[in-house]
Amino acid sequence: MKTREFADKISRSEPGPGDGGNTGSWRVLRPVINLEACIPVKLNKKACFNCWLYCPDCVVSKTIPPVINFDYCKGCGICAEECPAGAISMVDESTPIEEGK
Amino acid sequence: MRKDIIEVRWHGRGGQGAITAAKIVANAAFVSGYKGVVMAPTFGTERRGAPVSTSLKISKKKIYDLSPITTPDIVVVLDHSLLEEVNVIDGLKENGLVILNGYKPLSEYKFEGMRVAVSDVTTHGVTAGLPPGVVNSGIIGAFAKASGLVDIAILIPIIEKEFIGKKPEKNARAAQIVHDNTVVGGI
Amino acid sequence: MHIIESGNAAAATGVKLARAQVIAAYPITPQTPLTEKLSEFVESKELDAEYILVESEHSAMAVCIAASTAGTRAFTATSANGLLYMSEQLHWAAGARLPIVMCVPNRGIGAPWTVWNDQQDTISQRDVGWIQIYANDHQQIIDSVIKAFRLAQTVSIPVMVCYDGYLLSHTYMPFDQPDQSKVDSFLPAFVPAHFLDPENPGNFNAITLPDVRPNSDGIAPGYIEIRSNLHEDLRAALDTYIDIDKEFEKEFGRGGNPLVEEYECDDADFVAVCIGSLSYQLRDVIDIMRNDGVKIGVMGVQMYRPFPDKVIVDALSGKKCAIVFEKALSYGNQGALYGDIKSALYNSDKRPFVHNYLLGLGGREIKTQQLLDALTESCTSPETIGDTPRWIGLKL
Repeated sequence: MKTREFADKISRSEPGPGDGGNTGSWRVLRPVINLEACIPVKLNKKACFNCWLYCPDCVVSKTIPPVINFDYCKGCGICAEECPAGAISMVDESTPIEEGK
Repeated sequence: MRKDIIEVRWHGRGGQGAITAAKIVANAAFVSGYKGVVMAPTFGTERRGAPVSTSLKISKKKIYDLSPITTPDIVVVLDHSLLEEVNVIDGLKENGLVILNGYKPLSEYKFEGMRVAVSDVTTHGVTAGLPPGVVNSGIIGAFAKASGLVDIAILIPIIEKEFIGKKPEKNARAAQIVHDNTVVGGI
Repeated sequence: MHIIESGNAAAATGVKLARAQVIAAYPITPQTPLTEKLSEFVESKELDAEYILVESEHSAMAVCIAASTAGTRAFTATSANGLLYMSEQLHWAAGARLPIVMCVPNRGIGAPWTVWNDQQDTISQRDVGWIQIYANDHQQIIDSVIKAFRLAQTVSIPVMVCYDGYLLSHTYMPFDQPDQSKVDSFLPAFVPAHFLDPENPGNFNAITLPDVRPNSDGIAPGYIEIRSNLHEDLRAALDTYIDIDKEFEKEFGRGGNPLVEEYECDDADFVAVCIGSLSYQLRDVIDIMRNDGVKIGVMGVQMYRPFPDKVIVDALSGKKCAIVFEKALSYGNQGALYGDIKSALYNSDKRPFVHNYLLGLGGREIKTQQLLDALTESCTSPETIGDTPRWIGLKL
């Protein structure tokens, strides 16, 4: 019998591509971060990151500024709900994405 | 592998009512003398907005194989935006039929070697008095017109029964309007 | 009247026609639409039953045990891990000889989590003392539920009606809905021999000593006698179910194969054997192979416990090979049905070769071509394939 890595013996997954494909297509509302209000951007230091912490799909980066991976963001709106600065708003998906945001 | 089975694959989004549409057509097919009718939705967790598909098999004889369709004779697309996301004609038989909810004229849709039927189901639904986005009753009208498998007159009372408490007359009217405004192309 | 509905709706309709009086269930995929339908029937007063909300499957079965002990017709349904969570109560319901009926849309067991179909859940519960009936289509689901209530109260043993999750629970197909009046005459009201009655106090299933004991009637059985009776009565239930099925067929015009359902087996050299809807999918494969001149048939095992060994031995003796397809296994050994069939055939003079294929676990799609390939190999070299179970469709 061949030796197996432990990872092949159990079912294990990580943020990123999965069964659902590009789950971003399910989105009806899109989160848009107002960088002028975003705490880590304003302070220019690693702070807050509630959006990163609460995102159930791990699609928000822990960077300055936080970046959302729209290939997988389902538009659940938890980040907008949890942002203490009210910097994230949910806009209709048909709104064009503005450059630089 | 059985030659007597007509295979129809329905593409929609979770929550759009593709299962209900396929169920209504299944009922109409059964009433029309097809004793073998099996409808199988995508198995698994329901995800609103995610692309889903439903298999409908129709035959004059009892159907024993419940596995999903891989080589459909007909595909029905409830949502125009799916064309960019899903290969809806995957496995479609040669000279197969694509029935589309689309707002562009027939000539704008190209599927090599396939017949295409188009109707603007979303707009016709609104004309019938339905809220925007309700397309599952309307698309049945396009199916009846393009496939010729079931008669719209048989479908209308089945639609009204299925939508009891959910605007039955308007849904039936949507199917009729779409039926009368479906453009069916050749090869 | 024929309707087109899901398998779960067929089950719920059967429960309604059987006039279940107490229903307690906890939702779990793929069983949920069945219990939702039943709660709708109760809410709309189409079914005059007490629907008791519970916080777990263990409690669901506990409520059914209490309701049945009080003399009412009780029903529940579950799947997969929910069934295992009530396992302790399953043994109790059987030992207490309560005619509870339960539907189980079959689902694979976690870990890892799966909601899709295989049969590990009920097969792993084959030894709890319940009767297990498997349905292959929606007509069999609704008919089996009605027959199950009759069987359960005739032999005082609980009955599981199992059907493949999703493949049957969530697909839609036409089935005939029997008339209420006919069901009422087929299935008389449940009159328990003993039940919890404040006017006539009694203590049921309390600690029972290893030996027999004296009581007011003379001598009462000990644990081992009670358990031996359960086994004997389960064996006798095979014939009882045949009789019930005959009566059902007379009334409704359907039935005739309550224990196993054979297709093209009479003159066959080779017979595929399996449990559940796969036996129907195999019919298309049998047709293809028959067209190519292979004498092959398929047998679906409808009743798995009690095991209809005599019928199976009669059907398989003298064949060249029996090919057992299974969506469950006894881990570390082999397919459960495979072991049962080989054991049943041991005393036959004309034993066929027996092969074992494992497939479809966790909802892995079973392609007709894969079945065709496996059967072709088994038919081509029946004597060389051997005893080790073979897996179909592994990709890694």
